[in-house]
Parts: sequence; C-alpha cells; structure tokens
Amino acid sequence: MVQTVKTQALDSAIEGDGSPAISLDAVSKVFGHAGDATHALDRVSLDVARGQFVCLIGASGCGKSTLLNLVAGLDQPTSGTVTVRAKRTSLMFQESALFPWLTASGNIDLALRLDNVPRSDRKDRVHELLELVHLEDFGDKRPHELSGGMRQRTALARALAQQADVLLMDEPFGALDAMTRDLLHDELEALWTRTGLTVLFVTHNVREAVRLGNRVVLLTSRPGRIAQEYPVASGRPRRIDSSQVAELAATITDRLREEVRRHGDPRS
Amino acid sequence: MATLEAELAGLDALELSVPPRKSRASRTWTTIWPKLGAIAIALLLWQLIVWSGWKPTYLLPGPVAVFQTLFDHLGDYVSAAAVTLQRAAIGFAVALVTGTLVGALVTKSRILRSAVGSMITGLMTMPSIAWFPAAIILFGLKESAILFVIVIGAAPSIANGFIAGVDNTPPLLVRAARMLGAKGFTAFRLVVLPAALPTYIGGLKQGWAFAWRSLLAGELLVLIAGKESLGRDLDTARQFGDYKAVYATMIVILVIGILVDSLVFGQVERRIRRRYGLVDAAATD
Ligand SMILES: Nc1ncnc2c1ncn2[C@@H]1O[C@H](COP(=O)(O)OP(=O)(O)OP(=O)(O)O)[C@@H](O)[C@H]1O
Ligand SMILES: [Mg+2]
Repeated sequence: MVQTVKTQALDSAIEGDGSPAISLDAVSKVFGHAGDATHALDRVSLDVARGQFVCLIGASGCGKSTLLNLVAGLDQPTSGTVTVRAKRTSLMFQESALFPWLTASGNIDLALRLDNVPRSDRKDRVHELLELVHLEDFGDKRPHELSGGMRQRTALARALAQQADVLLMDEPFGALDAMTRDLLHDELEALWTRTGLTVLFVTHNVREAVRLGNRVVLLTSRPGRIAQEYPVASGRPRRIDSSQVAELAATITDRLREEVRRHGDPRS
Repeated sequence: MATLEAELAGLDALELSVPPRKSRASRTWTTIWPKLGAIAIALLLWQLIVWSGWKPTYLLPGPVAVFQTLFDHLGDYVSAAAVTLQRAAIGFAVALVTGTLVGALVTKSRILRSAVGSMITGLMTMPSIAWFPAAIILFGLKESAILFVIVIGAAPSIANGFIAGVDNTPPLLVRAARMLGAKGFTAFRLVVLPAALPTYIGGLKQGWAFAWRSLLAGELLVLIAGKESLGRDLDTARQFGDYKAVYATMIVILVIGILVDSLVFGQVERRIRRRYGLVDAAATD
C-alpha cells in the first residue's frame, strides 16, 4: 500500500502554475483492523483549484471530518496520495478546540504568537479579528463563559489569524442562529473574494453549501465515495434565500435523500 | 447593516445572561457557616463524651480545659509550630522539585515510564512510618532523616499528579496546537502544561497531606536534642502525663493541617478550576 502525504511548501509551486491547491488521488482510509474495520473513505479523488471555494456535504459519518484531517496532515491515508500545495494550512475543527485556560483574545493571540507576529502588532490584529466575527466586546471571556456559537466564532477568528492560504472548515457554523450565520457567510465570502483563499468547507446544510461554494461535492456513506459534484453558477454576493440557491439546493437535497434511503435499505 | 449588527449584539447579550452576584460578605458567610457548625458539633460531642464519664477527666479533659492550656502556653505552641512548619516548607519544596522533575522525565521517556511509572504508585502505598527505621540508620537522628521521609512520602503524589495531568491532555487540544504550528517543546510548554495544571495542583494537595503526616510521625520518632517542635511536644506531654497538653498539641496539628490544605491548596485549586471552567457555576455560588 502506498502511504504518502506531500506538502509542497515551495513558493514557485504556489504562484499560479495552474496546479490545484489540494489534490486527493484515490485516497482510502480504513480505521481499525480486519475484523471490525471501518472504511471511512474509499478511493476518493478530488482536486481543489487555487482560490476555489469547495463545499463538502454528506450524511453524518460519511467521512467528511476524516477527509479534512487527511488534508490537514493530522492523519495518514491508508492508501492513495494527498497533495497540498500551500504555504500554510489552517483547520477549524468540528468541536470547539479552544484552549480553556485562555480568553477569547488569548486564544487568537497564541495563534499569532506561534506565527511569530511581533508583540507590538498582536494587540491590534486580535482586535481586528474579533471585530470580523463580531465579538469585540467578548475578548476577555474564557471559552466556558461564551455560548456555543460564540465559541465557534472565536475558533474562526483563531483559524483566520494564521493567514493560511488553504482554509479547512469542519461545520464551522453549525451552532449559530440563522441571523449570525448569514452575517458570517457575508464576512467569509468577502474575505474569500478579497484574499483569494482556497477553502474546503464541510457542512450538513445544503443551502449553506450552495450559498458559499463554487462547487458542491456530495459524499456517500460507508464507504465514503464521491457521489456527484455540482458547480454553482450564480453570481456573488449571493443570498441564502435567493431562488437560484433554493433551486439547486432542492436538487442536491433530493439526491442526498436518495443516498440516505439506499442506506436504509436492509439489502445494502 | 447597522441595524443588523445592533440585533446581533442584542442576540449575544441574550446568550450570556449573567446571574446576579451575591455580595462578598454574604458569599464568605455561606462558605464559612457549615464549617463553624461542624466544629461546634465536634466540640459538643467531645464534651458529651466527657460528661458521660467514660474516662476520668485527667485522662480525657473537656474542651474548655484543653483550650485553657492552649491559650496559657500559646507562645510555646507558636514557636514549636514555627519549627515544624519550617521543616514542612523545606521538605515540601524539595518534594515539589523532585516530584515534578521525576514526573517530567517519566512523561518524556517511554523507557522511564515503563520502568518507574508503576513504582511511583507503589511508593504511595508504603506507609511513611515504615521508612523511619531505614532513615535513622542512613541519616542518624537528624533533621535530614525527617526530610528524607517527607520527600519520599510527598514526591510520588506530586509526580503522579504531573504524569496524570499530561496524560489526560485532550487529544483535540494537542491537534489544535499542531495546526497552529506548535511542535515539540513549544507545544508541551504552551498547551500540554497548562492543560495538565488542574490535575497537577490536585497532586500537590495530596502531596501536602502526605508531607504533613510523614513530618509529624518523624518528629515523634526522630527526637532531635534541644529542639522543640509539635511532634516533640506531643511526645514530651505524654511522657510527663500532661494530658491536657497532648490534646492541645493535637488540636494545633489538626488546625495547621486543615488551614494549609484549605487556604493554600484549596484556594489555588478552586481558582484554577473556575478559570478553566471545570466547576459548575450554578453549583458554586
Ligand atoms: N479515529 C477513528 N477510529 C475509528 N473510526 C473512526 C475514527 N474516526 C472516524 N471513524 C469512523 O469513520 C467514519 C467517518 O467519520 P467522520 O468523523 O469522518 O464522519 P463525518 O462525515 O465527519 O460525520 P459528521 O457529519 O457526523 O461529523 C465514521 O463511521 C466513524 O465512526
Ligand atoms: Mg465530522
């Protein structure tokens, strides 16, 4: 079996030679051993071009987080190759991974500090990032003093602090109320347009995927495979309640239902 | 956009409803009265046993007589306690350094872990008094014999607290640190150590209890000429049949042990647990 994760951190590779920022080539991931092995991913091939916004959807347990972990380099594929051509990759975890002993500001500050941002610049940067997620009044609160949605927004600010060129997001807005989520969609879209970031975004919410992505990739469950891809044609800025978004979302939802039904079938 | 942000701020304010905080005095009173009540009940029980006539009062004097003795000789008790506390401080400091170092080495080395890991727990089950014969043989009737036993009593708890704290660092936080670019020692210092702190403080607290017990056992057994200490007082009082002084000394030992445990370690532990969000806010106030 081949086990390779390549991270090409060469500047030459990063400047537009047309090669994708993320490529997965026949990637499989098996957890556990022969008896009770879980085939989380099965020969998944996916290219994400530089500057693209790709949304990944699929039923619970179909291997979305596993895929992000492989791209982030936190785990190795069982077979196949994962290539990431980026200066810096940042991952926003599905569960809040904030450090409980640090305040919201402290968490963001630590990310900057580990990036060797000089102390004198850090205070302003932390404030900017908190403003971006609309938490400027909550910087001195510790994670346990924040609501679930606020923790997600703090984690988003911390992920953005790293100035990564590839951003991996695992259901980042799951705990947000609809209004805050819409606002953060706008912020994220604006940021993406401004910076030319490459984003791989996992979500359960089909409308959210269509609202944000250039492409929506649908995964099937156990083993996780790519079922279908949908390009999203409508222009930006988009609105989550626009008719084009709703229309494509309905098509994808039907397909997703079909996949889930197939699993409910005892013969499969 | 401006109204949207105002609405958002309104939502955030709703999400964080802050319960009204009680005044400092009333909070202090709430934490203190159960303790005062417990002390009152204990003294009452003691007095009831004396009144029952189970033992003649010269063998078991009542609380009033014992506290009378305590206050009459308060100066002596204070100076004896000072000697004992100084030994405790030195012994605990050495145990702190040793325990932490051993803990750090064990967490860093796989070989040391399998070699020493279970031995540390083994050491904790050894009653400290069983070390004294060896300590006296090796160090003589000297302070160093007492010190040795304090350290060997307290250091394993401290090392264990350190190791358990490091081992229980949530893997998610370690991965988050990795994504933020923290590797090796930086990740250890900035993430693993802070994550281990609450458990480590628990180890220190337990280490103190072991140190204090070993120390008093030591002062009873290792009589160092000319130096008054709480353990020595206890032994002298018993030998000369001054039973009121025996009980008075015991009260001093108990009170110091409790005060250090709750005021020093208890406070630090509570503060850290609150800071880390490890206490249920609704249950504490
Ligand atoms: N460390 C692991 N050990 C064993 N099995 C695992 C491990 N991590 C994931 N799995 C299994 O792999 C499959 C995919 O998990 P994954 O977390 O990637 O799902 P997901 O698509 O992110 O689900 P959700 O939408 O609920 O977050 C699941 O069946 C899960 O049980
Ligand atoms: Mg997941």
